[in-house]
Amino acid sequence: MEMTMTFAEKILSKYAGEKKVIPGQIVTIYPDHLLTHDNTAAIIHKVKNELEKYGVYSKSLSVIVIDHVVPAASEKTAANHKIIRDFVNKYNIENFFDVGIGICHQVLIEKGFALPGKIILGSDSHTCSYGAVGAFSSGIDRTEAASLLLTGETWLKVPNSIKMILNGKLSQGVFAKDLILHIIGDISGSGANYCSVEYCGDVEQFSIDDRITITNMGIEMGAKNSVFNVDEVTINFLKSMKISSSAYESIYPDEDASYINELYYNLSEIVPLIACPHTVDNVKTVGEIEGLDIQQCLIGTCTNGRLSDLQIAADILDGKKISQDIRLLILPASKAIFESALKLGIIQILVESGAIILPTGCGPCLGAHQGILAPGERCLSTANRNFKGRMGCKDSEIYLASPATVAASALYGRITDPRTVIKK
Amino acid sequence: MKVWKYGDNINTDMLFPGKYTYTCSTAKEIKPHLLEDLDSSFSENVSEGDLIFAGKNFGCGSSREQPVVGFKAVGIKAIVAKSFARIFYRAAINQGLVLIECANAVKSYSGKGDVKLDIDNGKIVVNGKIFSFPKLPDEIIAIRDAGGLLPYTCSKLKNKYNF
Repeated sequence: MEMTMTFAEKILSKYAGEKKVIPGQIVTIYPDHLLTHDNTAAIIHKVKNELEKYGVYSKSLSVIVIDHVVPAASEKTAANHKIIRDFVNKYNIENFFDVGIGICHQVLIEKGFALPGKIILGSDSHTCSYGAVGAFSSGIDRTEAASLLLTGETWLKVPNSIKMILNGKLSQGVFAKDLILHIIGDISGSGANYCSVEYCGDVEQFSIDDRITITNMGIEMGAKNSVFNVDEVTINFLKSMKISSSAYESIYPDEDASYINELYYNLSEIVPLIACPHTVDNVKTVGEIEGLDIQQCLIGTCTNGRLSDLQIAADILDGKKISQDIRLLILPASKAIFESALKLGIIQILVESGAIILPTGCGPCLGAHQGILAPGERCLSTANRNFKGRMGCKDSEIYLASPATVAASALYGRITDPRTVIKK
Repeated sequence: MKVWKYGDNINTDMLFPGKYTYTCSTAKEIKPHLLEDLDSSFSENVSEGDLIFAGKNFGCGSSREQPVVGFKAVGIKAIVAKSFARIFYRAAINQGLVLIECANAVKSYSGKGDVKLDIDNGKIVVNGKIFSFPKLPDEIIAIRDAGGLLPYTCSKLKNKYNF
């Protein structure tokens, strides 16, 4: 039997205790961590009696981050948060991050839970983000999270793998967000359904921030997980967070592993792109819809709310004022990022340009609160999803682009190619 | 029995708007908002034993199980689609909701006529035409037959701890 394996096959075989696994095979695994967020309240409610009887499987398995509706928008969401705090105290849950620390996916990476060679499951579809640092991570539903709390184990089907081979270098004004929109536009919103996506080729140009943008949106093409192999960029990032190399064991695919598809992308050909309503794969060039008027801009979220994203926006907005006809919302992905942006003067620049700084969290991205749209309005956002009704109103439109495109467009109140405003 | 027919890429926001995700979690709270932004007639007119036919990538988007919980609660017998998004598929197994991937059956159903479903024998009959769909792996059927993942997990725990 052929023994070569892809990243997903190798990590799942290791966790399943089997020499070799093949796509389609079902394996039982114990993940390193289980991420839950505001939905923790609903999850524990499902197994209230069982928790009383059997307790939690492990105090260190769960990582709980309250981020989706923060600070609470209503009595009901406030009560939800309280239920979660009570649960954390009662069961001595070790890894808890309350309102204001950050968006869960950023927190998992920042606090060192997401590491190379780890398996993390989470009751949030963007759990697939942690492949940016070489982890296998995937979204599950609330019921499965409840079961994991009790038993620590679940089943996974070994996925087929797709290899994305990136060649060349992105041009000025073109970013990781444009690349992932290009790929999703190319293979469609279901183009990687059930698959593990591996990125390789000229990837050293992509920082961990860039990689998170790319892996975060894996689910938008249906991927089970998406991953960058651990390299110098990853190792230096982990060093900068004072994580010792003994804390993790990187897993690499075999050179001759078998993929159901190998796709080649020439990075130098990619231009600024935009996902148009109401699907993420409805991708056009910014040039094609340049001039379209917008009423709200959002820069941030788990897709593009990191320091480098805010820096790009500040570079474009420095000393300028945004259009009077729009609201520009800034949503940092974590408190740590917000603090760094404060120290570097980025926040000052953004506020002076007319931006509104929101507390770190998810609110407007899923239409929970803080930035709901009115009927007939258009929002240009750096988030990951533009489904109809996503930002709270089914009669509004959401467009997705890079922080540079959103910042440039905020200046004029209409869709603008960032290459026309970026300082040379 | 009614068949509800929808197109491709029916996402989780169409199935159950995100703005309700942290205020509605019980079947009773979920039901009035099922398919609210896609088909406002659904929640009022759906009845026990109805089927849903849909195109490709049904349930794409969030890890939002409310639509699955809602479909189960209103008595949807099965969803037949050209394909399903992964997290939705998994959520359906975990709630014991039957999903059938059968593109040809979907293609042959125009919105009218007779549909019969035989889950155990893997057959669906659309206007007299028979389509087969593959059996699920045993591990998955065990979860579904237990009535979903939590009853399955709880019976395992009972055996383990003997109480």
